[in-house]
Amino acid sequence: MNKNTPFIAVCVALLVGLVLPLATGASAPGFYVEVLLGGLMAGVLYSLVALGFALIFKASGVFNFAQGAMVLFAALAVARLAERMPLWAAILVGIVIMTLLAWFIERLVLRPLVNQDPIALFMATLGVTFFLDGFGQTVWGSDIYKIELGMTKEPVLVLQNLFQGGILVNGEDFVAAIVAAALVGGLALFFQYTPTGRALRAVADDHQAAQSIGIPLNRMWVIVWAVAGVVALVAGVIWGSKLGVQFSLSQVALKALPVVILGGFTSVTGAIVGGLIIGVGEKMAEVFLGPVLVKAFDLAGGGIENWFAYVLALVFLLVRPQGLFGEKHIDRV
Amino acid sequence: MSAMENDRAGRIGGQILAVEGVSLAFGGVKALSDVSFDVREHEVRAIIGPNGAGKSSMLNVINGVYHPQKGTIRYQGREYHHMDPHEVAVSGIARTFQSLALFKGMSVLDNIMTGRNLRMRSNILLQALRIGPALREENEHREVVERIIDFLEIQAYRKTPVGRLPYGLQKRVDLARALAMEPKILLLDEPMAGMNIEEKQDMCRFILDVNDEFGTTIVLIEHDMSVVMDISDRVVVLDYGRKIGDGTPDEVRGNQAVIDAYLGVSH
Ligand SMILES: Nc1ncnc2c1ncn2[C@@H]1O[C@H](COP(=O)(O)OP(=O)(O)OP(=O)(O)O)[C@@H](O)[C@H]1O
Ligand SMILES: [Mg+2]
Repeated sequence: MNKNTPFIAVCVALLVGLVLPLATGASAPGFYVEVLLGGLMAGVLYSLVALGFALIFKASGVFNFAQGAMVLFAALAVARLAERMPLWAAILVGIVIMTLLAWFIERLVLRPLVNQDPIALFMATLGVTFFLDGFGQTVWGSDIYKIELGMTKEPVLVLQNLFQGGILVNGEDFVAAIVAAALVGGLALFFQYTPTGRALRAVADDHQAAQSIGIPLNRMWVIVWAVAGVVALVAGVIWGSKLGVQFSLSQVALKALPVVILGGFTSVTGAIVGGLIIGVGEKMAEVFLGPVLVKAFDLAGGGIENWFAYVLALVFLLVRPQGLFGEKHIDRV
Repeated sequence: MSAMENDRAGRIGGQILAVEGVSLAFGGVKALSDVSFDVREHEVRAIIGPNGAGKSSMLNVINGVYHPQKGTIRYQGREYHHMDPHEVAVSGIARTFQSLALFKGMSVLDNIMTGRNLRMRSNILLQALRIGPALREENEHREVVERIIDFLEIQAYRKTPVGRLPYGLQKRVDLARALAMEPKILLLDEPMAGMNIEEKQDMCRFILDVNDEFGTTIVLIEHDMSVVMDISDRVVVLDYGRKIGDGTPDEVRGNQAVIDAYLGVSH
């Protein structure tokens, strides 16, 4: 497979996603940009969840079905704690909770199952999912809770002189996107430039070799699950502040699965790019493809957002199973 | 040559590692059957034998990747039924792999730096902030690693991703990473496989230098008989998981069972 294939694929996807709507009569570019930004915003959150997923898969080879449940659990924790303390303190305590959770998961689930089939570990993370969903309700309750980031939810009009009528942007979304980008950047620096980051990359590259030079696998797993937990927390807080913290968060987070299929399971870049593509793609499809379907086939046209990601993932599984940025797996003999 | 040989013989000390009656099977395949031998401090100990004889399995037993069904491993006066890879590394045994197990996506420098991981003390927060002690520590380790890089003559490839290096150089990086641990014992699984004569000579020189200068005990698997005869002090011969010979290169060369089973078959 050509080295440039991922980039060509991304370009084609972007062309289809970005140019087609324009051609099909989205006559107002301002509206078009609004949809694009909305999609990117949702995409950032998908990227965050998928990032946690990819980190865990890379470092411990575990297909962590519980990533979505971790998002919900963290958001619940922060929402309820914030009723009793300032938000920043609630977030700090939330981070501690997610780190403890990582420690427990390593101790009680990963370590005992370490030499089992991947399917056993996958089943175990299914168990963790249901446990977290239930336990979250037990501890924090099952209503819809709010997280107030203390920013205006009022959309503001910008770029009025560039687009007719201007573009409606949500200030909170904008800050959220910056926070997410800063988190991703910080993690990249951490992995690249610290000894622990280097050790984590080593573990991700080759477990056995890492172990033979004395890198403690167990501790690395705790660290990587804790990092995934913190990433989940950030996603959960941002999402929760938009939609309210409720059970459906865990479902939305499931979109991380198509995202990592698209991006490639072992690729952090893939998780980020995949999240953005799916976020933008499904918004575009909903807004621009929907009406086309209505006109052409007399369909109802709604709900595209719900299935678009999964169909795209399915196509990728058929055409390019390793995803955009994943490596083709070749077994060593 | 003979002066050096004598000098080395004079340095060889007491037993540092011994396996006793080790048996290892995978399902029906008996990889090792009742194998015993010992390793003395500062010596170069070779393990030879035809393909599938159980040589790599033996190293894997020593560094805890495989747990034998029977037998014991004695190391530094203590007896173990099996070893644990992490504890083995902590206690000063390093190894290289037959099929390279480098971190392919990482640079040569990063690969070798991971060998220092065990000696790093600063905690993750200090590291993340890159302040004070963490930074100083990183620099100290970096100095050690630079010396190893000079020693193995791979200065030019410091920043190259390991996956892009030719095979012979990757083998050198593998050795460098193991050396970065400053091990007491170095287990080398076919360090010269796939090399041309010149590369082999370089590698031999490096191995002997490590042995001489740092006093590192070396256990080495090698197929090239002339190399084995040249650099090892004592040789164990395995065949179908059994030990069929053990002694100095000359003794092994004259051993009829070895000639039949090994030299006779494949050469
Ligand atoms: N993980 C494993 N699972 C099953 N069988 C194994 C495993 N490792 C080794 N074996 C078997 O054990 C026997 C000894 O293998 P080993 O790799 O130790 O041989 P070797 O002497 O290193 O051979 P070579 O010179 O080809 O490297 C072989 O029959 C091999 O197939
Ligand atoms: Mg072998």
